[in-house]
Amino acid sequence: MIRVFLAESRKLRRPTLVLSTILAVVGLEALFTSLLYLLINSRDGNSRRGETISASTLSLPNGLVAAFSSTATLLGVVALCIFAAQTAQEYSLGTLRNLLVRQPSRMKILGGKYLSMAFFALIMDLLALIVSASISFGLAGHAHVITKLWTSHTGLHILAQSFGNVFLATLGYGTLGMILGLLLRSPISSVALGSIWVILIESLLTLVVKGIDRWLPGQLIGTVGGGGMPGLSYQRGLLVGGIYLLVAGAVVAYLFKRRDVSN
Amino acid sequence: MDFPAISVSDLTKNYGNRSAVSHATFEVPMGTVCGFVGPNGSGKTTTIRMILSLISPSSGTGTVLGHSINHPEKYLPAVGAMIEGPAFYPALSGRENLNVLATLGGFPISRVQGLLEQVGLGERGGSKFKTYSLGMKQRLGIAAALLPNPKLLILDEPTNGLDPSGIQEVRELIIALAKSGTTVFVSSHLLSELEMIAEYIVMLRLGKVIFAGKTAALLSRQAGILVARPEYSVDLGKIAEIAKIHGHEVTIENGEARIISGSEWSAQLNRLAFEAGITLASLTAVSPTLEETFFEMTGDSQ
Repeated sequence: MIRVFLAESRKLRRPTLVLSTILAVVGLEALFTSLLYLLINSRDGNSRRGETISASTLSLPNGLVAAFSSTATLLGVVALCIFAAQTAQEYSLGTLRNLLVRQPSRMKILGGKYLSMAFFALIMDLLALIVSASISFGLAGHAHVITKLWTSHTGLHILAQSFGNVFLATLGYGTLGMILGLLLRSPISSVALGSIWVILIESLLTLVVKGIDRWLPGQLIGTVGGGGMPGLSYQRGLLVGGIYLLVAGAVVAYLFKRRDVSN
Repeated sequence: MDFPAISVSDLTKNYGNRSAVSHATFEVPMGTVCGFVGPNGSGKTTTIRMILSLISPSSGTGTVLGHSINHPEKYLPAVGAMIEGPAFYPALSGRENLNVLATLGGFPISRVQGLLEQVGLGERGGSKFKTYSLGMKQRLGIAAALLPNPKLLILDEPTNGLDPSGIQEVRELIIALAKSGTTVFVSSHLLSELEMIAEYIVMLRLGKVIFAGKTAALLSRQAGILVARPEYSVDLGKIAEIAKIHGHEVTIENGEARIISGSEWSAQLNRLAFEAGITLASLTAVSPTLEETFFEMTGDSQ
């Protein structure tokens, strides 16, 4: 599996993918973190759905990760696209047959591929945290936010915890993307379906059907990223979201192992 | 090693009611070049995919390099394959594509540059795969197949898209590999090329093996042709009559009588023509080519 991991890493290191991911992550974190601080006195709010996070709230130990945590779902969507495209392209390009001739154990292919993409997601989340934290420190003075508690013992603990949660959520969305890639075997279809489902359809369903977010995979994974949300606990997100991914993952892994490679 | 490089027995692949490969049984001896021929859709690629464990057979058994096809991990490290054209990552360079496969297979990366040079891509190895011509893509596919320094090389249409000099290079490469002991199982539509290099032939038609054995044995099964050109073309009719009286089919074209017969009848024909007062300007025995035999056996139209 180590050889699969290293081979897959070579593909993930390609400049176009690395640069576009850096651009997406830096852009995302720069936008969300800047808006949080620059619009702190705005009557329209500085957070999602018009909510306002005040300077005093941002001065608490968890203030440093407020912006970073709020981007968990979007970082997850980036991961979903990467995991889905990297998996499905093996079918659409016909390269899966090359991989299976060189490594006939399909579970090792799947496992190594997943691990390498998980590592890519880890680097991506680290970059996001660094960008968001840097901007937070940079704009804190402008927004009259006191940063003393951010670097306290509690602040650093929250920082680590939030990073872990965002990484778990990123992995969750990425797993969803990989499942779609294996099922649909087309990068465009799996990326489109996955991102439209998470960004659009689940949001609409949540607005229309009360309480349905307790059962939607994207909402559940997003809850893990945010460390829990009003009406949807972190534990439920972790448990139910985890069960969804485990069951779906097992089904597609079985299909991947059994399915003929005809293209 | 007294086992064949490839041995399949009753290998069958069904898709619903349709049989892509039906009870295929053949052997490819170790250290030979074996041509794998058949019309489009005859089941060649499906058979190759079953041998490489990409497709599971509906029934039947097989061994590759002495190991069951149910345990591909035991033989695939010694097998190189290019199936249904070269498939690589377009955004990676040719070299990086080979690096990916070398890393995956546990082969030294240092082999990559040598292989690129061997297939004539030494200077273009750094270019992205998507910028390659069809011939260059094909060459990269062959280089990838050679990565494991294979004991068995399986090539599916390796000369697709290559120019005449490229085709010649592939032919020379296959001959050189065979000389070094590599078994080469090659599917191609260029039957004249195969005739030059393949010692063995496996021929498929509609998913069934219709011949498996030595190329020479295959060609000897087909009747030869005697081409007789009389000094005066007015005698063509008389020659045709003589041939028909002695039970041979004959056609007249381009001032020649083409008589279906082995070369052993040429002396008698010469004598009979002389007795009939005909002088033959030339009399040539022509052996059937693999292409003619293929069309004859598969019923494929030319």
